[in-house]
Amino acid sequence: MYVAVKGGEQAIDNAHKLLAKQRRGDTSVAELGVEQIRQQLPLAVARVMTEGSLYDAELAALAIKQSAGDLVEAIFLLRAYRTTLTRFSASLPIDTSAMQLNRRLSATFKDVPGGQLLGPTFDYTHRLLDFTLLAEGEFPGPEAQADAAVQDCPRVLGLLAKEGLIKEEQDTGAPVADITREPLEYPASRAERLQALARGDEGFLLALGYSTQRGYGRNHPFAGEIRVGEVEVWIEPEELGFPISIGAIEVTECEMVNQFVGSATELPQFTRGYGLAFGHAERKAMGMALVDRSLRAGEYSEEIVSPAQQEEFVLAHCDNVEAAGFVSHLKLPHYVDFQSELELIRKLRTPSKESAQ
Amino acid sequence: MNAAQQIDRDAVSDRTQPLLKVRGLTKLYGPEKGCQDVSFELYPGEVLGIVGESGSGKSTLLSLLSGRCPPDRGVIDYRLADTHKNAGQWLDLYSASEAERRTLLRTEWGFVEQNPRDGLRMAVSAGANIGERLMAQGVRNYQALRAAGLDWLNQVEIDPARIDDLPRTFSGGMQQRLQIARNLVSGPRLVFMDEPTGGLDVSVQARLLDLMRGLVRELDLAVVIVTHDLAVARLLADRLMVMRRSHVVETGLTDQILDDPQHPYSQLLVSSVLQP
Amino acid sequence: MNAATQPRPQAPRDEAYNFAYLDEQTKRMIRRGLLKAVAIPGYQVPFGGREMPLPYGWGTGGMQLTAAILGAEDVLKVIDQGADDTTNAVSIRRFFARTAGVATTERTPEATIIQTRHRIPETPLHADQIMVYQVPIPEPLRFIEPSETETRTMHALNDYGVMHVKLYEDIATFGHIATAYAYPVTVDERYVMDPSPIPKFDNPKLDMSPALMLFGAGREKRLYAVPPFTRVTSLDFEDHPFDVQKWEHNCAICGSHESFLDELILDDQGTQSFVCSDTDYCAQRVSQGRAVQ
Repeated sequence: MYVAVKGGEQAIDNAHKLLAKQRRGDTSVAELGVEQIRQQLPLAVARVMTEGSLYDAELAALAIKQSAGDLVEAIFLLRAYRTTLTRFSASLPIDTSAMQLNRRLSATFKDVPGGQLLGPTFDYTHRLLDFTLLAEGEFPGPEAQADAAVQDCPRVLGLLAKEGLIKEEQDTGAPVADITREPLEYPASRAERLQALARGDEGFLLALGYSTQRGYGRNHPFAGEIRVGEVEVWIEPEELGFPISIGAIEVTECEMVNQFVGSATELPQFTRGYGLAFGHAERKAMGMALVDRSLRAGEYSEEIVSPAQQEEFVLAHCDNVEAAGFVSHLKLPHYVDFQSELELIRKLRTPSKESAQ
Repeated sequence: MNAAQQIDRDAVSDRTQPLLKVRGLTKLYGPEKGCQDVSFELYPGEVLGIVGESGSGKSTLLSLLSGRCPPDRGVIDYRLADTHKNAGQWLDLYSASEAERRTLLRTEWGFVEQNPRDGLRMAVSAGANIGERLMAQGVRNYQALRAAGLDWLNQVEIDPARIDDLPRTFSGGMQQRLQIARNLVSGPRLVFMDEPTGGLDVSVQARLLDLMRGLVRELDLAVVIVTHDLAVARLLADRLMVMRRSHVVETGLTDQILDDPQHPYSQLLVSSVLQP
Repeated sequence: MNAATQPRPQAPRDEAYNFAYLDEQTKRMIRRGLLKAVAIPGYQVPFGGREMPLPYGWGTGGMQLTAAILGAEDVLKVIDQGADDTTNAVSIRRFFARTAGVATTERTPEATIIQTRHRIPETPLHADQIMVYQVPIPEPLRFIEPSETETRTMHALNDYGVMHVKLYEDIATFGHIATAYAYPVTVDERYVMDPSPIPKFDNPKLDMSPALMLFGAGREKRLYAVPPFTRVTSLDFEDHPFDVQKWEHNCAICGSHESFLDELILDDQGTQSFVCSDTDYCAQRVSQGRAVQ
């Protein structure tokens, strides 16, 4: 029968079974545990938590397992779960200057109060495949010394601010909208923009940030400071009237220092771009900071000419769950629209009476 | 019947009143950047030229006048046409709603950009470009739009056979004439022009100026034209305002200013142009 | 296939989730948006669209509206391309059967809520029914003006001349208006609206319909509505009036000459056959003895 081509319920069930089979792979190989993913793929977990905008390493690891390692799919799973959760409270702003640092660097000063702390990084590794890992060798080296910084580590951009060299950020005290609860309207506030960028696709932000470095909306960035570490989260329940700590989360923060030439009424000052991500996610935080700064073009009366400076363009397209969904919907049947187009194109190809004369 | 004959008896009294009253208009981007304390009146059918070197504030003034950018200070009053529902009343441009300003800009007003690409829809045909204002006003008859397109191509000396061609297949001079047609199709009373001959060859400029002069007279248009080219000003403008560093330094009849400039800057400006 | 046309009774719902998946606060927020949309026919109301467990572009907007208006007594029909058995229709129908435990049906007259992608049923709707449309791009001006700030201004100021520029251009180029689906309409003589990617064949069914029409765009976070008995006119010119597709063929199954037909290619020679896109309409005609011999 003709309608058989339209798929149907049995086909969907079978597709789900095949997916489960593909995910499991060869059953003679031990199944991957969620805890293994959480422990041994922490950077993937960090990305899924950040773009899934839910800090829960275990669920993120579960999502990675369920999605067979497709991180955009894992982000989607975590987001769909997040929607169903009840909001108990909004936290107070985290204080990243009180962070328990695992890593901290500034590209602007050779030495900064508190010092530079390299921490775990790929940055200086030679990208040579390590065949000892293939041989499933155990972790070979000695325990690294957990040499936690105990000194105060004031934020580098704060030092510039003391001299008035960098624009002060103003907290208007206005309530902060939640873009997952209220629709984003343009022009968006900076708080809304930062939320959208924090949830935005790492690859998209990386590419846009890169485009500013290559001259499409150039804004002369310096990595003022990147810090990775644990920071306490506080809430202030109304019934208590004082803040309480509900635990600590690992975050990566990036502050870019950018040039600003000044204007008729203002002396030149540095400006900043800001990036923040859950877990250890430097590339994401840096991309976000570059794009945050380029989206402030209007605020600094800069000419808006490049994609990274166009708020609607960036914010409307940075979300990979939205983008992946809309692109994948092309796989849905479009018989009716296509039929309409077929009919139209045939009609247009028939010489009209007018032109036939 | 041409438009000039359409002006009826009422229009005679219409001509004795200004169309535009500008008082104390100021917009500054920096010290002496922008324009300040500009006041003038513009009468129906009058062509006002704004001249001065680049950076003198001409273009800022034009954006303020045409409702594109609110001033820091000052008022612009515009007398509405007899066809408007508030016929003959004064409209304070920047107290009016954006809806009113936009309506003006696509009915009683026109704006001819220096670069025709900014004033045309490059992706649609010449006919669609001309018809757009009529469609915005509710014309829903394809043949009527077609007829207006053919008529206006004729009036701006473009071969009507090119009605379905895209503007990018036109030469610069033709694009500029198309932009003029696109503005004039709605029968505006006031047209703003920003260096309309700017990017064109000298020979093409002459033809365009000739056409513009004819249309302005025939349609009895009031025009505010910004130009750095005194030859253009002499040919088109009845009156001139000379601007320098955000100030109007001299105003007067065109011949008066060009032949007998009073302000030292006007003298410099005039003497810098090769006299014929 | 006949077995499938029987309404499926209420099934036990999955208690792990709230009724119809969304929490009550969210549903209330959406219903407030819907009230506004009904009050201003054709106006796009921004709403706090939620992440749904289906991908964006697969009907998340429609699903959120359905979830917000669904009651335990409702009978739900879901169609995609006119058919009840296309993969996406099956998936969404199952979702609500599981999370809301509501009865579902393939019979148009029995449904109280019909969620649809790309079609309006051929069987006339009645006043007790609500149509929920899945909308990919709610903004009819989007392909002329990419900026949301600008299009919202254009709607506010009733500044729609540019819509006719496109139609003019079609006629000048092709001799016809060359828009076959998602054909823009004016609602209640005010807002220009995208009727979602239904074929223009279905546009006349929107006009003065006794059913309430709700439109949801999840990714774009917009919803809008056409209340019952509202004028909906398709944009056109006096001398090039709006018209709908006509087929030279009849449905190969039920023989209908009135319905929207899908084209099937039967063999390598390109032999065509045409069948109703609306599977329920077609099946009902067959059950009434109109099958093509």
